[in-house]
Amino acid sequence: MSPRAAWRLRSLGFTKVYDYVPGKADWMAAGLPTEGPKASVPRITQVARSEVPRCRPDETVGELRDRIGDWELGVVVNDGGVVLGTVRAEVLGLDDARPVADVMQEGPVTFRPNLGLSDLAAHLRKRGVPRVLVTRSDGTLIGLVLLEDIPQPSQGDSADG
Amino acid sequence: MQAIDRHDLQRLLAEESAQLVEVLPPTEYEEEHLPGAISIPLKTLGDQAGQRLDPSRPVVVYCYDYQ
Repeated sequence: MSPRAAWRLRSLGFTKVYDYVPGKADWMAAGLPTEGPKASVPRITQVARSEVPRCRPDETVGELRDRIGDWELGVVVNDGGVVLGTVRAEVLGLDDARPVADVMQEGPVTFRPNLGLSDLAAHLRKRGVPRVLVTRSDGTLIGLVLLEDIPQPSQGDSADG
Repeated sequence: MQAIDRHDLQRLLAEESAQLVEVLPPTEYEEEHLPGAISIPLKTLGDQAGQRLDPSRPVVVYCYDYQ
């Protein structure tokens, strides 16, 4: 949409026209301030663990095991930080020399950083999912959100009181 | 027209008094927008740009993401 707007402005005679292509999603993903009623809504980036272990698909199972520690999974990313898959800790008992690409689960579900914490918590509880990845609109990893890290709503916040 | 990233945008706002324009529908702007942005939905750009934007200053347009 913004490229069309930029070209429209050029056609109207504006000469200094720029297109912030990554847009509002990118701005919010960076944790920068916004204006409007939704600006104060707690976002999932506030609890995303950016230190989640990462590896490239051509690294080996042994290399990932060395850095995964107590984490339940590692995230496979390309050189640009785009999420390719995940590797659960329990499969790291396999042959040390195997490439991570052989054991990773491809195409994990990811969430955008502007999603509200309460919305994500409701989604995860409904589906019994304990954790999700958060990515920017270009697919690069922000971090891992654990359901246990999301504060429980207080009694006063409950819909049924 | 030049595509820019977040750092370019911050520089244009700080150093060149750029005008920031959200081109999404008004309801999305009203819910949340970038600081200092004005709302000119794409459909009304032709009608409003001449009245609301200064052609001597840079104009930065944005929407939600890579749409």
